[in-house]
Amino acid sequence: MKASAFAYARATSVANVLELLSAYGERAKVLSGGQSLLPAMNLRLIAPELVVDIGELGELRGIAVKGSVITIGALTRHADLLKSSEIAAHAPLLKDAVAHVAHPAIRNRGTIGGSLAQADPASELPACMLTLGATIVVCGPGGERRIAAREFFSGIYETALTPQDLLVAVELPVTPRTSTHFFHEFARRHGDYAIVGLAAQAVVTDGRFADLRLGFFAVGDRPLLAMSASRLVGVSITPAVLSEACTALDAELDPPEDQQATSAMRRHLAKVLLTRCVSSLLARPDLCAGASA
Amino acid sequence: MTSEAENPETLSVLDRPNSYIGRAVPRPNLDRLLQGRGLYVSDIELPRMAHVVFVRSPHAHAKINRIDASAAKQMPGVIAVVSGRELSNVITPWVGVLSHLKGLKSAPQNAIAIDRVCWQGEAIAAVVASSRAQAEDGAELVSVEYEELPVVTDMRTALDPATPVIHASLGDNLAFERIHDAGAVDHAFSEADEMVEAEFVFGRHTGVTLEPRAVVADWNAAEARLTIYQGTQAPHMVQNIAALHLGLRESQVRVVCKDVGGSFGIKVHIYADEMATYALSKLLRRPVKFVADRVESFNTDIHARDHRCKGKIGVKRDGTITAFEIDDLTGIGPYSMYPRTSAIEANQVVNLVGGPYVTRNYRARARVVFQNKNVMCQYRAVGHPIACSVTEGLVDLAAMKIGMDSVEIRRRNLIADDGYPCASPSGLRFEQLSHQAALAKIVRMMDYEALRAEQAALRKRNVHRGIGIASFIEVTNPSAAFYGVGGAKISSQDGVAVRLDPQGSVICQTSITEQGQGSEALTAQIVASVLGVSMDRVRVILGDTDNTPYGGGTWASRGAGIGGEAALQATKVLRKNILDIAAAILQSAPGELDIVNNRVVNVADGAPRIELSELGRIVYFRPDTLPPGIQPELMATRHFVPREYPFAFTNGIQASWLEVDIETGFIKLLKHWVVEDCGTIINPQLVDEQIRGGVVQGIGAALFEKCVYDERGQLTNANMADYLFPMAGEMPDIDVGHVVSPTMESELGAKGAGEAGTAGAAAAVTNAVNDALRPFGTIITEIPLTPQVILTALGRI
Ligand SMILES: Cc1cc2nc3c(=O)[nH]c(=O)nc-3n(C[C@H](O)[C@H](O)[C@H](O)COP(=O)(O)OP(=O)(O)OC[C@H]3O[C@@H](n4cnc5c(N)ncnc54)[C@H](O)[C@@H]3O)c2cc1C
Repeated sequence: MKASAFAYARATSVANVLELLSAYGERAKVLSGGQSLLPAMNLRLIAPELVVDIGELGELRGIAVKGSVITIGALTRHADLLKSSEIAAHAPLLKDAVAHVAHPAIRNRGTIGGSLAQADPASELPACMLTLGATIVVCGPGGERRIAAREFFSGIYETALTPQDLLVAVELPVTPRTSTHFFHEFARRHGDYAIVGLAAQAVVTDGRFADLRLGFFAVGDRPLLAMSASRLVGVSITPAVLSEACTALDAELDPPEDQQATSAMRRHLAKVLLTRCVSSLLARPDLCAGASA
Repeated sequence: MTSEAENPETLSVLDRPNSYIGRAVPRPNLDRLLQGRGLYVSDIELPRMAHVVFVRSPHAHAKINRIDASAAKQMPGVIAVVSGRELSNVITPWVGVLSHLKGLKSAPQNAIAIDRVCWQGEAIAAVVASSRAQAEDGAELVSVEYEELPVVTDMRTALDPATPVIHASLGDNLAFERIHDAGAVDHAFSEADEMVEAEFVFGRHTGVTLEPRAVVADWNAAEARLTIYQGTQAPHMVQNIAALHLGLRESQVRVVCKDVGGSFGIKVHIYADEMATYALSKLLRRPVKFVADRVESFNTDIHARDHRCKGKIGVKRDGTITAFEIDDLTGIGPYSMYPRTSAIEANQVVNLVGGPYVTRNYRARARVVFQNKNVMCQYRAVGHPIACSVTEGLVDLAAMKIGMDSVEIRRRNLIADDGYPCASPSGLRFEQLSHQAALAKIVRMMDYEALRAEQAALRKRNVHRGIGIASFIEVTNPSAAFYGVGGAKISSQDGVAVRLDPQGSVICQTSITEQGQGSEALTAQIVASVLGVSMDRVRVILGDTDNTPYGGGTWASRGAGIGGEAALQATKVLRKNILDIAAAILQSAPGELDIVNNRVVNVADGAPRIELSELGRIVYFRPDTLPPGIQPELMATRHFVPREYPFAFTNGIQASWLEVDIETGFIKLLKHWVVEDCGTIINPQLVDEQIRGGVVQGIGAALFEKCVYDERGQLTNANMADYLFPMAGEMPDIDVGHVVSPTMESELGAKGAGEAGTAGAAAAVTNAVNDALRPFGTIITEIPLTPQVILTALGRI
């Protein structure tokens, strides 16, 4: 389990990164936290010719709030998100989600940029980006591109990034104070990738959803912003309404089968999650008979 | 995790003032390990050392038509690429059979496959290079032309006439069969009011050691001697086998085994790639290092527990169990492992089923079949979890059928504590067990009645919790009956040498080994206590065939009971020798003197007479001042092996309290209790941690661990992401209590404790899940109990 030989460059600036990436194209790989890249290299699943370490680029690290926008640098580590008071205040969903990403040792190195570029469909952060309506900021040979999260994830480990692109930041709208959230995932062990997970953000007024965004993960080849959420907005929620929403959700899912769960089990768990989410956001235990999560 | 606060019973007959026995003394080697000064095989670097990487078969069964290593040999750093045929000039093949397992057969196995591979992961060539990375680069370029052969994967069809035979010379795929029939089973079933049958299915899993298997073999042509540095549990066994197959005398092989990063039975076997490494060193006349990587570990470390066992129990309405019957089937891969064989696990299952209970009516069949998967062999608590899960699962099913509480049915059927000596239905002799006391104690520890009340209250709120109980017996302190009688050169005796140095410190050499369980600590505790010196004066040397007495090592829960007794006896001799000399020096009588706190004192009033350092000075440097005719012997050696009982059985009971989320199939473990009886407890902390670690491995089997093979014999989860290892976050608190029934076979009275936790944990958890699911009329007898299994059983998906 030793990586094949590779060349290593410690990038000195974003421009330097872009230069190397255009020269090497698919033969180069950007190194952020290395928590996904290095295991894959050690298993010789991939063998890049050049590894471009962006770790020294301080300008890519950090969290800033300006007006109604939170900007998170690509190199911001999972552990930084977890500790940040800005994130706790303005994007609390993200804080809850990050606590489910791997283990402390991995969170100390893994970065948000790496996680989004990796685009594992079972990953927490990509789904949060959909739920929170994030914009992904990318620098490439043609300059800067700003890509809506909805457009960014295109398949298993696939994104709108080309081999010449560097993900530099994400921008999130500050969550309004009136908003609430729900995050839960089913994983066999703490820190494992989820079997199914849900990152939800909602505005509840007078016991009804004024807004509801449901970002599911591990239910398909990319995170899913469920359209079925719209069935729950502006109406009084009864078990029947909820059950219809579950049926509608089911039609949106295309879950994979793997060693942890069949596709049918993922469908089932997604519906359980939706039910528990609605019950929790509306503080209506009656909607959730039989559950003790 | 908490331990039961007080242990009212004395833990040991030897627990007396100034004794370390029965006390939670920290392991003396901890500082060294925590400060990074351990010496693991992976750390060893020798001059001119090369690294070997094995090219491994991607197919489960294939003919090797051609191996082309020309490109690999051109790679920078590559020293040699060696095939199985080339290596067979240096090392001979072996067959993993034992004569006392009648009918057991297996085929010759080579260090590196020749002409044919029989499981995915079997080595077909060795690439030796200056570094591991260079060897891996070379291995990528070895091109092999395979011709795939039909694979045998499903043990259920392995014996069908239509299934290909893996080794034509053996005639069929049956490695071993044992049939046992005791008492009057048919009559007993006819007398039962109810009968329950079930099939229990166990997932194949493995013992994931933190440090993988690792060897450095160093052939010194000038001395004609091979030094093997290896993380093994049994150095003398490795010495014997390496010598045998390399055509050397045992005295030409030295095995050194310093720190070992976990074993669990994984490192008590002889693996083909390790044999190949010894042979490569001899062939290339230089040190060669092999360290398995994680993927290799999953593909080649022995697997265990791949069983399907049908069971039947008869019970009367008053709760009397009338008979047990089982039919066990297990698949062991293409070869029986060497030298302990792969029939032992099934044999143990037959031995152990029904063991805690009074009934003598027992019929069993076990069949062991070959398949094209990785080899299976002994792993912590060999056979016990299977036997315990089947027995305890059946007992619970019987209780359910007659509407009896699960504690009550056990109370009525467990052997009475005054019923010993007696024998199990399979004929194994019990010296003294304490099932009833253990049951009574665990019921108190868990506050059983209160838990039942809580369970009932929560059920009304649709919260489903369950209580699972499992009694068990454990085989420990094996005599020659385990392996020696079958012809294996695996010693069942152990030896200890102790010597006093001139400053009054003690050097102790023991043949038992240390893999983290505390062999070193308990040996030092015994020596210090028996001699009367403080523990910091005792230095323990183990794991070196040149520098320790001959012995078995540490496995099968034998280190403390056998090696500990040898330490006790050797130290008694040393103590007597010291007191004889002290009496001569002091013109006193040995009987009037004692050793306390590093000095010789008067028995009568405890008054100090002479420091051991002073005695040492006289003996070693001024023997001229001793009275004539006295020759001091400040070194003593003793060996020990149990002779009366083939095994020192221990017993215990476990309980699990958990919650099943019936919507998701997820299980939350809330609490686990164990009461066990390993006789004299030398170090309660070490025993409790052995129990806890064992329980965690048992829970791993119950909920998480499984080697998933596809129908083509491919192991599909050979990595730490997909093979779910039990982790601390999911583990409950584990409370441990003790009952103490020392064995009379030794003065120490200690039996083993290393496997008790693993023996019963899966059974307790499975019974608890079935207890939780009772309102749904669902019984699950398959582990691991994954959410998928539970949701399927509940009909939710
Ligand atoms: C044991 C373990 C458990 C884990 N569990 C989880 C989990 O539960 N949930 C989860 O979401 N993740 C999990 N991870 C993955 C972890 O979160 C990684 O940190 C993350 O996926 C990648 O971040 P990184 O900074 O380490 O990226 P790297 O490993 O450095 O890179 C990942 C990929 O992204 C590319 N890349 C990195 N940065 C950029 C950039 N700025 N622009 C363009 N491309 C870039 C790299 O070239 C590479 O292809 C786990 C990892 C481990 C080892």
